[in-house]
Amino acid sequence: MKVRSSVFASFILIFEVVGIALFLRGFFPVPVKSSFSSKSKLSDLPAEPLTGSSPNSSRLPHPLFKRVVIMLVDALREDFVFGSSGRMYMPYTRHVVERGSAHSFVAKARPPTVTMPRIKALTTGSIPGFIDVVMNLNSPALLEDNLIWQAKTAGKRIVFYGDDTWVRLFPKHFMEYDGTTSFFVSDYTEVDNNVTRHLDSTLKRDDWDILILHYLGLDHIGHISGPHSSLIQPKLLEMDDILKKIHSALISKEAEGSLPYLLVLCGDHGMSETGSHGGSSEPEVNTPLVLISPAFKRKVGMEKPGVVEQVDLTPTLALGLGLPISQNSVGRVIPGVLEETSLRDQLRFLHLNGHQLSCLLKDSMPNYEKEAGFEQFRVAEKAHGNWMKLYLEGNTSEVLSNMGKKVLKQYLEALAAMSSALSKQLGKYDMYSMIAGMVFVFQLLLILLLAMPEALSGAAAVDLPVLSALLSLPFYLLCLLLASVHVLVCTSAESSCYFCSLSWGLVFTAVAFSSAMFCILVSMATRRFPLGPKIHSKSPLRSSGSEWSLSELDVLLLAGTIGHTLSLASSSFVEEEHQTWYFLLSTLCLAVFQDVCRKYFREQRSPVEEEEEHILPSKDCHPSAHPKAEICSEKWLALATPPFTLACCRLLRSLNQTGVQWAHLPDVGHWLNSSEHKMVLSLLTAFCLVLIYLLVQRRCSWVSKVALALGLLGVYSYRAAVGNVLFPWQHSGHTMSKGTVEARFVYVFVLGILFTGTKDLLRSQIITADVKLKSRGLWEIYSGLVLLVSLLFRAHNLPVLCGCLLIQTLMAQFIWKKLHYDAAQTTIMHYWFGQAFFYFQGNSNNIATVDISVGFIGLESYVEAPAIFLTALNTYAGPLLWACHLVCYLSSERDRSPVAVGHGCYCLALLRSVPAAAYIVLVTVLRYHLFIWSVFSPKLLYESMHLLLTAGVCLFFNTMEQNHSSSRS
Amino acid sequence: MWDHEIRAMASTHAVIAASVFMATVVPAVFVQGFSVYGTHLLWLYSVSGTVTAVSVAVFWLLGITPPTKKHTLGYKLSRLFRSCLYFFLSCLFFHTVVVLYGAPLIESALETFSLAVLLTSLTTLRCLCVLGPNVQAWIRVFSRHGAMSVWDTCLQITVTCTVVGAWVGAFPLPLDWDRPWQVWPVSCSLGAMIGFLTGLVAAPAWIHYHRKQLTYKCK
Repeated sequence: MKVRSSVFASFILIFEVVGIALFLRGFFPVPVKSSFSSKSKLSDLPAEPLTGSSPNSSRLPHPLFKRVVIMLVDALREDFVFGSSGRMYMPYTRHVVERGSAHSFVAKARPPTVTMPRIKALTTGSIPGFIDVVMNLNSPALLEDNLIWQAKTAGKRIVFYGDDTWVRLFPKHFMEYDGTTSFFVSDYTEVDNNVTRHLDSTLKRDDWDILILHYLGLDHIGHISGPHSSLIQPKLLEMDDILKKIHSALISKEAEGSLPYLLVLCGDHGMSETGSHGGSSEPEVNTPLVLISPAFKRKVGMEKPGVVEQVDLTPTLALGLGLPISQNSVGRVIPGVLEETSLRDQLRFLHLNGHQLSCLLKDSMPNYEKEAGFEQFRVAEKAHGNWMKLYLEGNTSEVLSNMGKKVLKQYLEALAAMSSALSKQLGKYDMYSMIAGMVFVFQLLLILLLAMPEALSGAAAVDLPVLSALLSLPFYLLCLLLASVHVLVCTSAESSCYFCSLSWGLVFTAVAFSSAMFCILVSMATRRFPLGPKIHSKSPLRSSGSEWSLSELDVLLLAGTIGHTLSLASSSFVEEEHQTWYFLLSTLCLAVFQDVCRKYFREQRSPVEEEEEHILPSKDCHPSAHPKAEICSEKWLALATPPFTLACCRLLRSLNQTGVQWAHLPDVGHWLNSSEHKMVLSLLTAFCLVLIYLLVQRRCSWVSKVALALGLLGVYSYRAAVGNVLFPWQHSGHTMSKGTVEARFVYVFVLGILFTGTKDLLRSQIITADVKLKSRGLWEIYSGLVLLVSLLFRAHNLPVLCGCLLIQTLMAQFIWKKLHYDAAQTTIMHYWFGQAFFYFQGNSNNIATVDISVGFIGLESYVEAPAIFLTALNTYAGPLLWACHLVCYLSSERDRSPVAVGHGCYCLALLRSVPAAAYIVLVTVLRYHLFIWSVFSPKLLYESMHLLLTAGVCLFFNTMEQNHSSSRS
Repeated sequence: MWDHEIRAMASTHAVIAASVFMATVVPAVFVQGFSVYGTHLLWLYSVSGTVTAVSVAVFWLLGITPPTKKHTLGYKLSRLFRSCLYFFLSCLFFHTVVVLYGAPLIESALETFSLAVLLTSLTTLRCLCVLGPNVQAWIRVFSRHGAMSVWDTCLQITVTCTVVGAWVGAFPLPLDWDRPWQVWPVSCSLGAMIGFLTGLVAAPAWIHYHRKQLTYKCK
């Protein structure tokens, strides 16, 4: 079966996406969840164990606390309170910790140390998986069983002030609330004043049971200037004062006879030495947890705070308030809190916690009975029953209390074992699915590689022996073999496995597909091998390759691609991937520069010191040196292009500092965004928009030109409306609006331009086989994309877009065309530029740099589909724009090489699948690496997303080529 | 075929390599606390200075430098002046390239410029010694199949090795190992130095093994 290269490449990519999806499903552990979607109810609670007679009471013991105030300070690090400087930062808190009736702990947060999953962990007691963060960037309501829901159902009145993530997570749960957006990170006073202003009136009132305060200021300071900045101390003193205020108000309210209050001071996560968070380093993970209540014993001095898990707070609070523990909680009650209650109550509390954990264990593990903790819990429960019997008989001897203490110890051990077993379950990988996904991807990659000589040949068609493979005996044998392996693995698997839980039809399709791929692979390999040296000449750069000679540029392109793939094995290189690309890009520019020099100086050696002169991006040409001024100017422009590109890239990289190590360094973007440089930013924005117009309009029809101009005006007015830039004739005094109208105005023009482009494309295909019309249509689609991106980009990022267009124009005009680079070389260069521009716009391999605010442009409220689309488009704008430019460029080059589009598509597919396939192997090997969650997993998601986008681009290529063939025939 | 030249080349290179070694060892006697990492700039200057002096001396003694057409003092002086100018321009060129590669523009300008000086003394200086201040000749040598003598080939190899060494030297910079040799520009200058020494060894060896295949067309 003969298929064209582009079709072949797109097919391979699409199947690779499926394979990677399977891998991802196996890689990201599914959070431990009870199989019931219901929530714990009071009536479901187990009875107090008692041997012999019928169970007597299934009621909960009396709640320990009447009122709870939770003061959550975002990014509160453990050493801010307990450290040596804690006495200076939070004097009152330190005093209470050392002398008051309080318990203090270091609570370990689990990565990802980001606010939303931490809030979820604190309220549900479960550990949200990494995938949860990505799936819930928009934070819809929390549907899982949680503390807040339980409290509300039990009739507790909850008041909340602070980060509006809570309000979105728990809609209608709070009696009273005031959410503060953490949208403007540069603001660290207003966010906290918004919370504190309610405090006085609320503390005076009596109509609430739970008060939750979430302070964001500290986190914002951390993001701006790090944990050692001078802003930290005043902020912590402010927090300390607030704690003092709450504490004294609670003390004054306390009445004799009623239950005591509980004041909790905690942090959701810490902050790293650079002030950011999200990873798993010690300062990010360790948060303080201070519980203050008159119910506790008074301290006599500073003790070293014990270490607990952050999720342990959930069952503790639930039991303290007399609520059922939420179903998916993996925490265990903090024993110190229960110390002052009677032994019977203590045992009862532990029993409840143990029962909940054992239920969760039963649900999430198939062989839960073998778990040590479960066994221990059984034993403890029995002993508890015996103890109860003696207790109810009125025995009050020493023996009883000793026995009770023993039961208590047994319970605690069982809880610890069960909790750790459950947490470990989260770190378990579904290896079978991962391996299956990997096998798919590798088969596809090998086929892609083996097809290289054919795909890059003049015919650009690949001969796939599908029919012969399907009819061969090995195919059926392999099918049988794989199916039996599948059955064997699934029946003997201990933990749950996604691939096994698929329906039989799907699995059989996968098995048949995989064996067919294998047969095709083998037959292609045998066809290739007898040719001997041909297999070696599979460099993507020499398609016809009668002799195998590589120029320096080819060596660089190959070595760069391979080197980059290898560099992904190191966490530092993943964190600092932008450096790799910038480095490669600079080298590429120099190599191109060398090529240009060679072309123009081989024949005629001019005595000018070319190199020195042209490193500076001077574009002026020497007149009168040659009679043919045009050739001369073209020569000098061509010579100036690579140095200019280099300089351009150098400027762009100083625009956004990304990565980890040097992310804190000041960059031009910050400078532009500070309020005193608004004027500069406005001028820059205007200049960039004009430049974008000039660069894009050349090849558009007049309708699109007008639409583009109006659209770019709309972009400026949108930025002015949002408050990023100044509007010349609009004086301040206007309140900041969301700029919805302006953004929609731009959207209209984007759609208009895209429509014109599509219309031109269709017309060129159906009515007139006009090449010019077609390339105009393509360019119009491209310019529609540019307009959309210019709307989505932050104002300070517009130079990136400008630089992109400028470099594309210059390179296309003077380099790619003039130096006769073939489709493969051009594609690799486009890909490299696209990668570099991905980082120029401020992206990194960390989820935190995804700009989610883009999803709200032009929308009144959050709507999922467009928000995700816009966010993805904004994030991958660089690679997308370069890929689109590649389509435009290659199809305009069609008269030179009619199969260029097919070659380009194939190369793009290869360039994307090699790192993606290598990366999933690396991630599998490194799955127990310390940084797997903080560094490698986000990168894995970026890689998969990029693969998906490339598959889309390849499909677009495909339609373009189809148009060609049909218009030619 | 070129046994004489190869022997001369090997001995020249041995002298230069020895001088590099001496430039690293000798200052340790005179300067308190001298080390390649700790007082890196000092090491850089010492090595560049020594290499410059030794190469100029050796190549002048060997008489590889193309004979001057005129023997007037003024012409010689102008040649000397042009050589110095080219040396300086080449420093600027390397500095610009390194900055374009991402070195900080202002912050560690001195370190960057020192690296540029080292690179110049390892590459451009050799060109000046072998080819003289004649850009046309440089372009000829560094274009494909442009070598016209054993010395040209040798020049190509050493210069390429040095530049590639400096390029490779930049790889460990993003790693977060916090080693003393990861400080800018230590790894790059070390890479250049190692590349240069490799070039010194590789050039005579390569030419020796390919002496049968080597053919040069005359001017």
